[in-house]
Amino acid sequence: MMEAIQAQLPVLQVVIPLLAAPLCIILRRRSLVLPFATGVCWLTFLVSVSLLGDVLEAGVISYALGGWAAPWGIEYRVDALAAFVLLFVSGIAALVLTYAPRSLSDEIPASRHYLFCTLYLLCLTGLLGIAITGDLFNVFVFLEVSALSSYALIALGGRRQALPAAFQYLVMGTIGATFILIGIGLMYQMTGTLNMADMAARLPAAEGVRTALVAFGFLTVGIALKMALFPLHVWLPNAYAYAPSIVSAFIAATATKVSVYILLRFMFSVFGLEFSFEQLGLGRALMPLALAGIFVASTAAIFQRNVKRMLAYSSVAQIGYMVLGISFATATGLTGGIVHLFNHALIKGGLFMAMGCIMLRLHSVDLDDMAGIGRAMPWTMAAWALGGLGLIGVPATAGFISKWYLIEAALEQGSVLVAVLLLLSSLLALVYVWRVVETAFFHEPSERAREAREAPVSMLVPTWVLLGATVFFGIYTAYSAGVAEQAAEAVLGGLR
Amino acid sequence: MTETLVDSVLGLYNYWVVIFLMMTGFYIVISRGNLIKKVIGLNIFQTSVFLFYITVGKVSGGTAPIVAEGLEVYSNPLPSVLILTAIVVGVATTSVALSLVVRIREAYETIEEDEIQAQDETR
Repeated sequence: MMEAIQAQLPVLQVVIPLLAAPLCIILRRRSLVLPFATGVCWLTFLVSVSLLGDVLEAGVISYALGGWAAPWGIEYRVDALAAFVLLFVSGIAALVLTYAPRSLSDEIPASRHYLFCTLYLLCLTGLLGIAITGDLFNVFVFLEVSALSSYALIALGGRRQALPAAFQYLVMGTIGATFILIGIGLMYQMTGTLNMADMAARLPAAEGVRTALVAFGFLTVGIALKMALFPLHVWLPNAYAYAPSIVSAFIAATATKVSVYILLRFMFSVFGLEFSFEQLGLGRALMPLALAGIFVASTAAIFQRNVKRMLAYSSVAQIGYMVLGISFATATGLTGGIVHLFNHALIKGGLFMAMGCIMLRLHSVDLDDMAGIGRAMPWTMAAWALGGLGLIGVPATAGFISKWYLIEAALEQGSVLVAVLLLLSSLLALVYVWRVVETAFFHEPSERAREAREAPVSMLVPTWVLLGATVFFGIYTAYSAGVAEQAAEAVLGGLR
Repeated sequence: MTETLVDSVLGLYNYWVVIFLMMTGFYIVISRGNLIKKVIGLNIFQTSVFLFYITVGKVSGGTAPIVAEGLEVYSNPLPSVLILTAIVVGVATTSVALSLVVRIREAYETIEEDEIQAQDETR
């Protein structure tokens, strides 16, 4: 019995949240729906833990959907990188939903909670599906499942600015997804297959042809739009700033990370290192964009009055770090990029959860209203400061590990300039983090801050678990950097 | 010379239609401030991709992929199946976009992008 279930785990990973989503509409009652959805999220987390264990032990898992063998049927393919992404996406989804009830009651009318849970589970389905599938067209479908549900989730935000923000995200997200669709179509035209491994084997014959180049271009731009790579990031700050707190925490921690994963999959697994980086010089194109994104977005973050917006700009900068790691196209650089996927997911998830606590008590996330809040809400703000240290990359936090690998990768390639720029960029992070910490702890309390009290334990515990994990993974790196190294090797090895 | 010109323009006319529609839709999305027009532009943009996929699957002289006497050349049915899925995605996107426009109209009393921005800035 257990073995039979074990064999079906790859498909269960996606099917469980997919089937649970419409069940939320049937259950409908708030007291039933929230525990149900939370349970489902934890269940998917357990599945992903089991999958990661299997992959680390026995290597790549290939699952033929419906028993149709690849390349005719859709293949689910779990390697170290996919399992790693599945693990942190489902883990953060479960933790955020555990944290959600109080914040949800405060920000979204109770009559819509069951719809919220439906959308949340659908979004999770999409993100997990992208990570697990080995089929190109399937990537597009799951991408749209997660994107459509996140547009609706963002539009649930309390202030009316959430609506134009969601609309702008929808327009840019759809353009990005359609570009990806065009790219996939051109590649199908070249190779006659949609299975990633099969395509990787057939592409070399077509690599000189212009169609492959055009497909590569469409895919790169489309994915860059989806992951908010500078200068295609304009949809992100407003979307994250005006979404409900829970949605910001979930989407900021997972959605752009999964898009970075798609970039890794297409550029390394499908097109292959040689074609993407040595023939076309993708690294030379990505590196300046990554560095520009880090500096422009970090600087923009310094001038934000709305702290959620500030964190959103910081996210754009952090995407820059990940892409920088990828642009080196070496084992160390990729490990840095992949481990930063994970570390930043924890840090940004935790920070947005702390902002949710602030929103609950202050009904505002403006810096002016947060003056002196450190006295009324010491636990919340201490957690925030801890996350902030991670963003800067202080030793003994997870952020340090990522930057260590990135700087090492830069020095390996002899680009001292990049290493120096990386260090300088940490100073910018120090400035925007310090601005909030100073205002919260050392300024006279604002009117709202005087009336505030500490956030409820039900919200503080998940926030601390996530931010505590950043310290844990800053010291014990075997489970983060160790797995990331394996994932990087798997990616560099390609599918061929 | 003239032969290659005829081949690349007339012989590939469906690709030219695709490119024309794609650019038209894309231009509308970028240049128009009216949210409904943006949605229409997005639709044209997506539709061009549907045509592209169907073009890819067409085999000249091929019939529908049905097993019957005397039919031997078939068009590739897979792109049509794929694009059926993409059409559903497109319809869903349009409906989400339109419902957002309705709510924006309720909240702002306008669907012009610049007027919405102006309202948020002055507030």
